[in-house]
Amino acid sequence: MNWDWQIFWDSFPRLLDGLVIALQATVVGYLIALVLGLVFALLRRSRLVWVSAPVGLVVEFIRSTPLLVQLFFLFYVLPQFDVHLSTLMTGAIGLGVHYATYISEVYRAGIEGVPQGQWEAAKALNLPARRTWTSVILPQAIPRSAPALGNYVIAMFKDTPQLIVITLPEMLTTAQGIGSETFRYPEPITVAGILYLATALVMSWIARIFERRFGTVRAA
Amino acid sequence: MTEPSAAAAGSPGEKATTDDGFIVFDQISKRFGKNVVLDDLSFSVGSGERVTLIGPSGSGKTTILRMLMTLTKPDSGTIRVGEDYLYHEERNGELVKAGEQHVRKVRGRITMVFQQYNLFPNMRVLRNVTEAPVHVLGRSQDEAEERAKELLDMVGLGDKLRAYPSQLSGGQQQRVAIARALAMDPDILLLDEVTSALDPELAAEVLDVLRDIAKSSDITMLCVTHAMKFARDVSHRVLMFDQGKIIEAAPPAEIFDDPKQERTRTFLESVLDET
Repeated sequence: MNWDWQIFWDSFPRLLDGLVIALQATVVGYLIALVLGLVFALLRRSRLVWVSAPVGLVVEFIRSTPLLVQLFFLFYVLPQFDVHLSTLMTGAIGLGVHYATYISEVYRAGIEGVPQGQWEAAKALNLPARRTWTSVILPQAIPRSAPALGNYVIAMFKDTPQLIVITLPEMLTTAQGIGSETFRYPEPITVAGILYLATALVMSWIARIFERRFGTVRAA
Repeated sequence: MTEPSAAAAGSPGEKATTDDGFIVFDQISKRFGKNVVLDDLSFSVGSGERVTLIGPSGSGKTTILRMLMTLTKPDSGTIRVGEDYLYHEERNGELVKAGEQHVRKVRGRITMVFQQYNLFPNMRVLRNVTEAPVHVLGRSQDEAEERAKELLDMVGLGDKLRAYPSQLSGGQQQRVAIARALAMDPDILLLDEVTSALDPELAAEVLDVLRDIAKSSDITMLCVTHAMKFARDVSHRVLMFDQGKIIEAAPPAEIFDDPKQERTRTFLESVLDET
């Protein structure tokens, strides 16, 4: 096997551009997942069955079908309904909605981890439901969820290569492009692999710092 | 204090409270599975009256408090607080299931202190006490803080405003919980085994605070406790529960010194042996 260092080094700038796009999709997607995941988690707890049951069904459906299929769906089917989004937004929404279903489970566990006595104390003080959630339950539930939430950013980032199917010029798409231009695949793919690894390591390092900073719940 | 007297049941010269039917339980039943917790129970408590509920565990005392706090729903029967039913409201002369708004209104007169304190661990002491006055009673932040500081001073924790609950001892946490409850200006204070989780020494701090409150306010108190001396000191009336029924109700002097029921006698002997 021969190895062309020239192509190896030349691949970096373009792949870094791809990395930036992958990171953009991850950040936007993650924000969508954090918010939508919370919405899913809260709606599934609704006492109104006609709210909790359909939401539960949707969440299970999204969680049990492949991300790849969902991306295809968003990319090819939405335009048929005159919904036109940029590739980046389509990718971010695809990732965000898919991961929202996982993250809603993380929140659910965090919420269930808040002791029953906290709900009872809130009731004894006659706190309205909304205030109970925002000032008592979620401030305790979310820090409990922090470690798992951090893991999902990294998992989501590692799923960005799937965005190749919607032609988003993220790293894998770019590496493949370089390959088809130069007829050399090993070098750009290797560079992509190195960049994925380096980025994921940095992310898990940042996640650990966040976890240490915000992930502690003061024990009662 | 070996000789219980009328004066022992509160401040000197305090007039005896009469049962004006402020809180009325009428034919309340509750079962968990096939375990009957409360069996067709009826009793009432006067306004300003301090009542202690005693009896073996599982006899339904705590369930009474939890029902008043709307934490446990009765299977049947009604509970009235002042003019209003707690779980029902009158519409066109008929008693129907109460809406959330009605329940909130009645519940607003009642608050509870728990065995496990249940302070909000994510809030500092001061905010634990101001949270509900600001967001439920609509007090201003300043007003609520001023009142909270007074109450925390009263329970001896005026220097812990900035602490988190986890930095306090159990006795201190429970005293914060008492301040938090009083900050709501309740008409009715429910005390659910508030010293059971505490060492005797820490329990004593808490009981002292509660004695002061009993002496200086006309708040109606329902108290489930195993601290018999405390019960004797502060209550106007003691209700002895057994198997979901009240088997004896009398002023503390009578029930502790001369119980009429054999079951009460054996229960008190077993409790006093422990302490």
